[in-house]
Amino acid sequence: MAIVERDIRTSEDAPRVNYLNNGYGLKSWLLTKDHKRIAVLYIISISIFFALGGLFASLVRFELMTPEGDLMSSDTYNKVFSMHGIIMVFFFLVPSIPATIGNFLVPIMVGAKDLAFPRVNLLSWYVYVVAGILGTIAVVGGGVDTGWTFYTPYSSTYSNSNVILTAMAAFLAGFSSILTGLNFVVTIHTMRAPGMTWFRLPLFVWSHYATSLIMLLGTPVIAITLVLLMLERGFGFGFFDPNLGGDPVLFQHLFWFYSHPAVYIMILPSMGVMSEMVACVARKRVFGYEFVAFSSVAIAILGFLVWGHHMFVSSQSTYAGMVFSVITFLVAVPSAIKTFNWTATLYKGSIVFDTPMFYVYGYLGLFLVGGLTGLFLSSMGLDIHLHDTYFVVAHFHYIMVGGQVMGYLGGMHFWWPKITGKMYPDIWGRVSALLVFLGFNLTFFPQFILGYMGMPRRYHVYPDEFQVLNVASSLGASILALGYLIPGAYLTWSIFKGPKAPDNPWGAKGLEWETTSPPPTFNFDETPLVTEEAYQYGPIEEH
Amino acid sequence: MADHAAHRDHPHGLAHQFEDMPQQKESAVIGMWSFLITEILFFGGFFATYLIYRSYYPYAFFEGSSHLDILLGGINTAVLIVSSLTMAMAVHESHSGNKKRIMVYLILTGILGLTFLVIKYFEYSSKVEHGLVPGLVWHPHGEYSPQLALFFSLYFGMTGMHALHMVVGIGLLTWVFVKTAQGTYTAEYNAPIEIFGLYWHFVDIVWIFLFPLLYLLGTQGGH
Amino acid sequence: MADHHHGPTVRIYLAVFAALMFFTVLTVWVAYRDLGPFNDVVALGIACTKATIVILFFMHVKYASRLTWLMAGAGVLFLLILFAFAMADYVSRGWLGIPVSHYLQ
Ligand code: HEM
Ligand SMILES: [Cu+2]
Repeated sequence: MAIVERDIRTSEDAPRVNYLNNGYGLKSWLLTKDHKRIAVLYIISISIFFALGGLFASLVRFELMTPEGDLMSSDTYNKVFSMHGIIMVFFFLVPSIPATIGNFLVPIMVGAKDLAFPRVNLLSWYVYVVAGILGTIAVVGGGVDTGWTFYTPYSSTYSNSNVILTAMAAFLAGFSSILTGLNFVVTIHTMRAPGMTWFRLPLFVWSHYATSLIMLLGTPVIAITLVLLMLERGFGFGFFDPNLGGDPVLFQHLFWFYSHPAVYIMILPSMGVMSEMVACVARKRVFGYEFVAFSSVAIAILGFLVWGHHMFVSSQSTYAGMVFSVITFLVAVPSAIKTFNWTATLYKGSIVFDTPMFYVYGYLGLFLVGGLTGLFLSSMGLDIHLHDTYFVVAHFHYIMVGGQVMGYLGGMHFWWPKITGKMYPDIWGRVSALLVFLGFNLTFFPQFILGYMGMPRRYHVYPDEFQVLNVASSLGASILALGYLIPGAYLTWSIFKGPKAPDNPWGAKGLEWETTSPPPTFNFDETPLVTEEAYQYGPIEEH
Repeated sequence: MADHAAHRDHPHGLAHQFEDMPQQKESAVIGMWSFLITEILFFGGFFATYLIYRSYYPYAFFEGSSHLDILLGGINTAVLIVSSLTMAMAVHESHSGNKKRIMVYLILTGILGLTFLVIKYFEYSSKVEHGLVPGLVWHPHGEYSPQLALFFSLYFGMTGMHALHMVVGIGLLTWVFVKTAQGTYTAEYNAPIEIFGLYWHFVDIVWIFLFPLLYLLGTQGGH
Repeated sequence: MADHHHGPTVRIYLAVFAALMFFTVLTVWVAYRDLGPFNDVVALGIACTKATIVILFFMHVKYASRLTWLMAGAGVLFLLILFAFAMADYVSRGWLGIPVSHYLQ
């Protein structure tokens, strides 16, 4: 494309050509092969789905303010929570960090000009868009009511909603994430700059490598599972249909073979963000770098051995359940390693009180609660009580929202100057981070208690004694929403009115901070030569 | 490497993001293998389903299998093996950039692929005639095991998905062929032929498993 | 990196082809013998052998980098994980002596 032709070494005071001002037409965006522009396209698209998913979430919380089902019928409620889950999981959380911040940073962090396959990268965005359009059609055309889990035989035989269309959309969204993962794996293997050895890679890159492995190894299985579902529902083929001797529980096996590892797709990238931010906030090298790096890979691999913990009460054999239960406890170890190491990194660090720090602390607390309650659920006996209650809902929201969404927002604040070349008002960043933290806890902590008291998930009518906690939760959700809207406002403002960002506003380490803000089209004026480990923040006294 | 990519003079076929040809080729090969990993697990979902139902209902599977035509399945196996050979030869020739020979081998591969699909078509239509397509035309003659539909769902699902991969393969092959004819590939730049070959062989491997699992069971039906 | 210069020769390709054809005939032939449970074992054994040959020679893995080996191996390993852990459930469902499944006898 023509953008290549310009000379980037203009005189000192002329505005530099960077990836943003290198062509303005719509075509220069929609046909771009620049990973940074594709990242921006992704940021815009997933924000739309985040808003849509958030809309459904607020409908759920509205309905649950009262014990009666007065806002909507139970059929409608089924659709509302299903579409909330499907949109948030497949269209927001899975691509959230990898396709945006990851897409932007992985090539820069390894010192490359672009991802290995720029066209595949663009293709992945288009596949995502097509998936998003199909999903939107499914939503507008009557919605879907199977829950994000699509369990058979309800989805294959009984549901009267747009199952096939939605499954198709999820299938394509998965395919788009496979393409992203494939690009990352190859890029990290073959495109590292001279001197960039594996153990000099930022931990962000390690966690994206692990995420990509899961995308490659797990996503095809959900793809085939959805194909089987579509064949069964569309043509009357029999795979899970008990009338033909099929076993609906097999669907759950195949579904969770992907979807448990997929929950790590929805947390590992934010762990990478945290590693970068923790080091910068504490101005120290991440404690136990190798352990943090390998724990990502360990999570990716062990994550494939535990899926049966979602099926303890599904008629899965108790023996298999025991094995899954034990291995689930093991998989918590690498997550704990990371948490301990981040904490150790902060210890005696010289903490900087910028917006990223607020997100680091918020994340550490929320992820801790989410991970520990995971251990409650992995104890087979206890899970018989807790399964399909609000306890599970709270558990995974602590991780997916308290973890990944915090990581996404934190990362956006951390790298916003790099991505846009503009600064946002830090005070607003801190205020909104606090609102998110408070609102989040008020929303989801009561749900642990509700679940423990026995309130099942996915019902819109509940006994009166649960109302107080439900109202608290809905109240928290409003605060949380505010916490999300404010950054939307001031970040957008900063694009137009914000002061120009320096190349390295946080004084952080890493190749991305050595290039300009925003970076030039090919990321570096010269291929960087890496001579030192990651996070060489030097002795604390200097700062 | 101080210079900007566009200003460097630049080997034929080298994309801007790479430093040199070996790096580009290595990336292409690793990329294709990554994709094949996803393909392995994609078909793996079918095979896992097969494994479980087969172990629960062996007799229904023997019965279903005895409805399949071993001769046609066997011929198709041979056809694919020959096509794998011609594909391997096309890749081999691409290393010396011999355009004409590459084209000959690609055409042979394509013809064999089409042959496979034609034979598959005849097999499918005979299944339709006998009412052995679950859900769509399902009226098997005489008495049959209740789980026969499971077998045929798997049969059509697995061979159908395999055939779809063949169709995609032939499409890609056409594209590679046109590019070869245009003289795009040289002894240095031939990665597309090579990675297309990987795809083609993979599709062959899937069939290598489908043939015994689906067709050859029927011979044991009586026991 | 001159990896393609020590790829397989035409002669090797022909030998591989002959072996694949031979195994195809063999697997059909064996299918008509009654080996009891071993019919499956032999059929799968032959299929795995054929697949391995294709991977090693036609797909050049024998001549490829360690990374390629790792990738091919990872695909197979995770496939086996899927099989093994799913089967673990189905095999052990009956062990408790209570009817754990409503669907499969
Ligand atoms: C620290 C290790 C973790 C453990 C031990 C753990 C354990 C569990 C268990 C046992 C369940 C099943 C509960 C039930 O349905 O009865 C569960 C559900 C769930 N977990 Fe976790 N988990 C962990 C981490 C995560 C992470 C990192 C995520 C996501 C980023 C996550 C997301 C989920 C989701 C989405 C569900 C519910 C799925 C559904 O039924 O809709 N978990 N977890
Ligand atoms: Cu899980």
